[in-house]
Amino acid sequence: METKTPTAEVVKDKRPLYYGLVFGILFGFLLQKGGVTKYDVIVGQLLLIDFTVVKIMLSAVVTGMIGIYFMKSMGWIKLSLKGGSVGMNVLGALIFGVGFAVLGYCPGTIAGAIGNGYLDAIVGGLIGILLGTWIFAVMYPKLKDGILKKGHYGDITLPRLFKVNDWVVVVPVAAMIILLLLWIERSGF
Amino acid sequence: MTIFTDVSWSPYAVGIGIGVLSWLSFLISGKPIATSTSFAQTGGMIEQLFVGEKASKRPYYQKIKLKVNWQMMLVAGVVIGSFISAMLSGDFKTGHWVPSLWAAAFGDGALLRVVVAIIGGIILGFGARFAGGCTSGHGISGTLQLAVSSWISAIFFFIGGILTAHFIFYVIA
Repeated sequence: METKTPTAEVVKDKRPLYYGLVFGILFGFLLQKGGVTKYDVIVGQLLLIDFTVVKIMLSAVVTGMIGIYFMKSMGWIKLSLKGGSVGMNVLGALIFGVGFAVLGYCPGTIAGAIGNGYLDAIVGGLIGILLGTWIFAVMYPKLKDGILKKGHYGDITLPRLFKVNDWVVVVPVAAMIILLLLWIERSGF
Repeated sequence: MTIFTDVSWSPYAVGIGIGVLSWLSFLISGKPIATSTSFAQTGGMIEQLFVGEKASKRPYYQKIKLKVNWQMMLVAGVVIGSFISAMLSGDFKTGHWVPSLWAAAFGDGALLRVVVAIIGGIILGFGARFAGGCTSGHGISGTLQLAVSSWISAIFFFIGGILTAHFIFYVIA
């Protein structure tokens, strides 16, 4: 009896990992079908000659946002928000953007690029990203109470920031994204 | 059904698919789709192989925890899913070191491309952890939850990326 309990717990604990794997497989499949596992498509976006990345991201955001806020209003889910600060999300994101253009992949799409067989992703980019995150881990004690705290605003959402009902933000943001996508299409991209 | 063997789908079909996937991920796992923490955890685990438990004492690794978790499995899944998609459509690449856009500007030398990719990766990995997320965690999952941190990050990802890409291709090249 006593040996059975821990085994059952281990089995139960592993289930979320399998769900993660399944979500990853579907995500990777979609990324590859969307063409964003390719350097040319990602850098094409940053050079503003190919709008695939923006089309995928914005249609994912508009679809995801409406569903997530619906499920939140039904009490089915809780949001899972990242905290932030001006230091993190302006300076950090600008650094990320430089790396994004130099490498031509991002952390999610490089996993896809690896599955797609691109050798510059496997031999170059992956090693670089692992090194970069390690350098951050080494420097973290020096950064965490300085620049990472500059202009701290925590894990707030736009509706909470403006002190309005969620849908007062969701509806106009959805409309704006759809208009932007229509405009991109009409401009011939 | 030829859709699974098609090389590419409409970006809108892919985007809506990712959006629906984000619903399921919240509903079933209670988590947003994100990837970059996994790279930091993997890096920490590699350091652990070399220096042992000392590595996991780093404050950052204490914070993110060095163990295989849901998100790491997701990243492993992305590799598998992309592989399956590429194999089904015959789009899997072998011996592909240099992307064509890069080759048109800087030639088809593999060494230069790999060195630049390593440098780019270092900047990207550092920036992702600095910003607290990447194009998936902030750019998609955070913006769709209307998080302030994620909207600011997503905008500055693209400002940094667009300026740098133009500098690389129109000034350096």
